[in-house]
Amino acid sequence: MNTTAFQPQTLAQKLIARAAKRAHVAVGEVVTCNVDLAMFHDSSGPRRLKPMLDELGADIWDKNKVVLVLDHYVPAQDTDAQKIVQMTRETARQWQLPHVIDSEGICHVVLPERGYLKPGMFCVGGDSHSPTGGAFGCYMFGIGATEMLGVCVTGQIWVQVPRTLRMLWNGQLQAGVSAKDMMLHMIGRFGMNGGQYQAVEFAGSAVGALSMAERMTLSNMSAEMGAQAGVIAADATTLNHLRSIGVSPTELVGAEQWFTDEDAEFEQHCFDASSLSPQVAAPHSPANTRDVAAFAQVRPTIAYIGACTGAKLEDLRAAASVLKGHRVAAGVQLMVAPASAREQAQATQEGIMQILKDAGATVLPNSCGACAGYGATFPDGSTVISSTARNFKGRMGPASVNVYLASPYTVAASALRGRISDAREVLA
Amino acid sequence: MSQREFQNARVWRLGSDVDTDALAPGAYMKHSLAVIGGHCLEAVRADFAPGVRKGDVVVSGVNFGIGSSREQAAGVLRHLGLAAVISPSYSGLYFRNAFNLGLLLLTCPEAEKIEEGERIGMRFEGDSPQVLRANGQRLACAPIPGFLMNMVDAGGLLPLLKQRRNQ
Repeated sequence: MNTTAFQPQTLAQKLIARAAKRAHVAVGEVVTCNVDLAMFHDSSGPRRLKPMLDELGADIWDKNKVVLVLDHYVPAQDTDAQKIVQMTRETARQWQLPHVIDSEGICHVVLPERGYLKPGMFCVGGDSHSPTGGAFGCYMFGIGATEMLGVCVTGQIWVQVPRTLRMLWNGQLQAGVSAKDMMLHMIGRFGMNGGQYQAVEFAGSAVGALSMAERMTLSNMSAEMGAQAGVIAADATTLNHLRSIGVSPTELVGAEQWFTDEDAEFEQHCFDASSLSPQVAAPHSPANTRDVAAFAQVRPTIAYIGACTGAKLEDLRAAASVLKGHRVAAGVQLMVAPASAREQAQATQEGIMQILKDAGATVLPNSCGACAGYGATFPDGSTVISSTARNFKGRMGPASVNVYLASPYTVAASALRGRISDAREVLA
Repeated sequence: MSQREFQNARVWRLGSDVDTDALAPGAYMKHSLAVIGGHCLEAVRADFAPGVRKGDVVVSGVNFGIGSSREQAAGVLRHLGLAAVISPSYSGLYFRNAFNLGLLLLTCPEAEKIEEGERIGMRFEGDSPQVLRANGQRLACAPIPGFLMNMVDAGGLLPLLKQRRNQ
């Protein structure tokens, strides 16, 4: 076998090749990868894994590579949820898990917040929004609890090497337009399974100009495009951010090797960020997307800023920039569930939380909340404008609830005016 | 391969983009598959949960199983005794979960030809399943790799891991 000739690869191929201990992997081949980090939460984690591990008489392959996050059933809404949370905590103690994050925020936000994700890693998560980790130059994807059992026992997982769809965004986003709008636009164009379980890569000057939080929104909603992973090559923004949260320089050595070779094979789609309007996805699909102007007649009863997708510090800042000095319209209930306790503390320090409260916001716990639909959801007949990721019928409440998905800017502007509105008009 | 072949299976015809939250509604995720089973698909097809019987099949439009990683969305169909799901395409995450739980998914580009209430069969030609319609028509399905079929035959990844550890 000729292994000396240089074979160009995409970022996704390179990340998978490293995890499979190979120099090169070909698109379509099935390979076994070593997992660098496995994350699971209170719904997909111990309550499902412990009975299966006990049945097998097996232990977790490497507890240092496992992170448990309690975010779906906290704070517990009833005795059934309380039992799940209690069992999760007891199991974490029994297993002596060294990395547990309990009621401090949503898994996809707290995991990178604590510096667990670094360029080059191969990671799995017991949650469908696990592609979020791709914003840090990792290959990360979501799996179910039984497959997580397989990872816990063997430390390995199979992958069919994906094709790469590269989304090349050039130009500059207008004020009041954000990564969420880019993503809703792409999902509207390609559909909810348009990613066909391949790797989506986001690139171009408009992506390079985005902060890490905004890049996370792109990678996060790769899930709604049906991609396995949503990757972004690490650059100066990535490395500066990781250093700023305390990742040591030695852990970042070699980070520059994780990029797509220009002569690698990939499918490319080009977009102009400058001409993008705020996007809104109508009920009941994230792919049901049009420009915000199409929804001017819709009058929301609830404006929700929450979830891993839409309640990070920068999302809170975006909402506050629209709401500063105003109160929401009569008949609209504004709810804010900051994605992590640390980000909420920072937002408090910056005066962001006060602006939101002064605007009439009810502040909810740092958890998945109404987005997951596991506990408190929206009442019958609500019309909701939400910064979250999914508006499936029946997900966030009864089937009568209509959820419109939009950016935090658009949610805030809509709360302010009492109808779905373009934040650019408010900010101008 | 023959153990998963079936005949005379009754068809439940669903639309496109059937999501995990419809299959396993969030409000019941705290509970067992038996409880979730009583609410499976209630937001999109209320007669399914009360009417489904062991050995039935679900036939859907494109993108079956989009959404969440909650594997209960696959587990519930196995719990209800479905012989298979037949669709032109699946969410990749759902596809993995289904095989890990021993639920057979057939990728059939012509699935839309199959009708509500029709009785169908399935036979393997090598590693490629074929759907046999009541009118004699045969619909080809994508081949299923051996390692995935082994998982279905074992009843899922857990029994397979158990077999391996006992060897």
